Amino acid sequence: MEILTAIQKQYLEQPKERISGSEAIVRCLLAEGVDVLYGYPGGAIMPVYDELYKYEDKINHVLTRHEQCAAHAAQGYARISGKVGVAIATSGPGATNLVTGIADAQIDSTPIVCITGQVPSYLLGSDAFQETDIVGISTPVTKWNHQVTKASQIPEIIARAFYIAKSGRPGPVLIDITKDAQFEEFDFQYKKCTGVRSYVPVPKTDSLSVTAAAELINSAKKPLIIWGQGIILSKAEEELKALVEKAGIPAAWTIMGASALPTSHPLNIGMVGMHGNYAPNVLTNDCDVLIAIGMRFDDRVTGKLDEYATQAKIIHFEIDPAEIDKNIQTDVAVLGDAKQSLLQLIPQIKTNSHPEWLQRFKDLYVIEYDKVIKNDLHPTKEGLTMGEVIKEINIQTNGEAAIVSDVGQHQMIACRYADFKVTKSNITSGGLGTMGFALPAAIGAKMAAPEREVVAVIGDGGYQMTIQELGTIFQNKVPVKIVVLNNEFLGMVRQWQQLFFEKRYASTEMVNPNFVAIAQGYYIEAKKVTKREDLASAVKEMIDSDAPYFLEVCVEKEGNVFPMIPTGASVSDIRLE
Amino acid sequence: MTTEKQLYTVSVYTENNIGLLNRISAIFQRRQINIESLNISVSEIVGVSRFTILINMSEEQIKKIIGQIEKQVEVIKAYYHTDDDTIYQESCLFKIKSDLLFEERQIQNIVKDSNAHIVTVNKEFFVLEKSGRRAELETLHKALSVFGIMQFVRSARIAVTKDELKISEMLNAFKN
Repeated sequence: MEILTAIQKQYLEQPKERISGSEAIVRCLLAEGVDVLYGYPGGAIMPVYDELYKYEDKINHVLTRHEQCAAHAAQGYARISGKVGVAIATSGPGATNLVTGIADAQIDSTPIVCITGQVPSYLLGSDAFQETDIVGISTPVTKWNHQVTKASQIPEIIARAFYIAKSGRPGPVLIDITKDAQFEEFDFQYKKCTGVRSYVPVPKTDSLSVTAAAELINSAKKPLIIWGQGIILSKAEEELKALVEKAGIPAAWTIMGASALPTSHPLNIGMVGMHGNYAPNVLTNDCDVLIAIGMRFDDRVTGKLDEYATQAKIIHFEIDPAEIDKNIQTDVAVLGDAKQSLLQLIPQIKTNSHPEWLQRFKDLYVIEYDKVIKNDLHPTKEGLTMGEVIKEINIQTNGEAAIVSDVGQHQMIACRYADFKVTKSNITSGGLGTMGFALPAAIGAKMAAPEREVVAVIGDGGYQMTIQELGTIFQNKVPVKIVVLNNEFLGMVRQWQQLFFEKRYASTEMVNPNFVAIAQGYYIEAKKVTKREDLASAVKEMIDSDAPYFLEVCVEKEGNVFPMIPTGASVSDIRLE
Repeated sequence: MTTEKQLYTVSVYTENNIGLLNRISAIFQRRQINIESLNISVSEIVGVSRFTILINMSEEQIKKIIGQIEKQVEVIKAYYHTDDDTIYQESCLFKIKSDLLFEERQIQNIVKDSNAHIVTVNKEFFVLEKSGRRAELETLHKALSVFGIMQFVRSARIAVTKDELKISEMLNAFKN
């Protein structure tokens, strides 16, 4: 049950009152418990901004420097808090700029509500100034969207937006509101949405399927768990831990599932997928029962599908029926919320351990350590590695930081080497792979969880896609820590060019500006590190700072991320070099 | 499960909302699947729309598509059926020069034999309507085309299933 705040209660228990559509929008947000929203004003949304001005003591509007970043900030807010993030923009370009963030939220199941202004209803379809069919454009990348043309529709539609965004498998919702509906007055009253008749957010868990899963797990000799973000979204971290420990099953995670179980847990055997750990990838093709929980067998996880775990019985715990058998044929599908399903499962699981099987993961880890990890974390060559920077962040933050990574080599390194102690600590663009995600997402994350250390780890390419958000950080004094791992390349693409395109480095080399000067231009404390001996003190200084801080680390130019499953190869053909 | 392509009739019960057509057609479009025919109408339940979509694909594919359709918030339920599971029809209209009715005696026989019926006749043209299976419609089209057809149009397939679909129960369950 959701606990309502005093402000929420005030706006939920209000008698009917005649107000404008735009004021209603703000009151709806307050009734939904929104304390901060990210956005950018413009013509078609001005009435709402006028109300935000009046309500600024109750709701904090953060002016991002680009609407895309409003959406990403809302994502960061949602990912660290589990609450719905809110972004707001004007019609036309304001709305289209949100689309990347919306698509990112859709593929990574992140609950956000985007509100866009629209030209007045009598101008719809006339190619009016800043008119764009944002409902049409956003349809394939939203969980739900709707256009409002009458003020009286506002409360019901916004209530529904929050309900749909948050319930079941979460996702983005866009509500487009015409300017005349914002001006129109009506008798406002707000009621939260508790259901939509055509929508089943959480399918019923069939107890027979749970029993079938338990039997398979109990009889398995070489079981392997792979969990995804579903664990985090359903708050099933404790249940996952209980299952893993009771059944003694080695457990691996997808990039979106990272941090649900501490990195140091003895049964946490690492990340699966293209740049995941050696052992869980190789042994996916050796396990006898594969237990997938809240993950969706993405192609970056499975590699070549028809050589993926063909020897294993597959159990799939999943909230979204459309994911069952989508990529991998399951033997037992357990539909439902992961937490509820695991709570039913655990009592039926026999206490067990699989020491020989676990030893095989340890043996392969040793191989990976010698070939890859040692060189990443304890390099002997002159150039700094991305891995040692992450290691230093682990040390200085005691593994308690939330790491917000962008997309590319640094992202893989951050996910591989971050020492996660707390859940919801890995905020990254997993499905869409949106460069430019990290800086704005870190803003949202830090504002939603001010008590947590939030470290954005970004490459020099992605950083420059949303670098203008330094302005948002400066203006709002958001104490995020920004680490740019600068290799003067679009590193991941360069790595592929090196391995698969005979080193033809087409448009991947970057001539970069003075990043420190840029940060300082925004009055953000900044430092650049080029030598190993300066790294630890610089990271410490950054973490010790109470203010926003920018740290550029110049790393080896042509470092590669390994292990790697080449596209089209099987998970067990993962390369170590 | 068969990977061979065949014709499936997809029936989708939905809320009657603007934009849903876009949402459903996008599911086919992103997979590069051509919709053979599409009909949207009211259903047996007040306020509930029914999409009837004809698709040529494998069962493996159609199952995934059904999952993607049902996942849409405003979709109540989606089904796929083979021709054997349904009673289905299409309709078509022929606009033909009225003179031909008198000049070409054969046409009158064709009309009679085909069980088509004349919707309207005036001095310039008459309109013939025929409902039935695709093959029957095609046979009639072939027979008439030798005389010249001014206009021809064929509707999408509509179909009811032999089995009960229990949509009302589903909606009632939500109320309780």
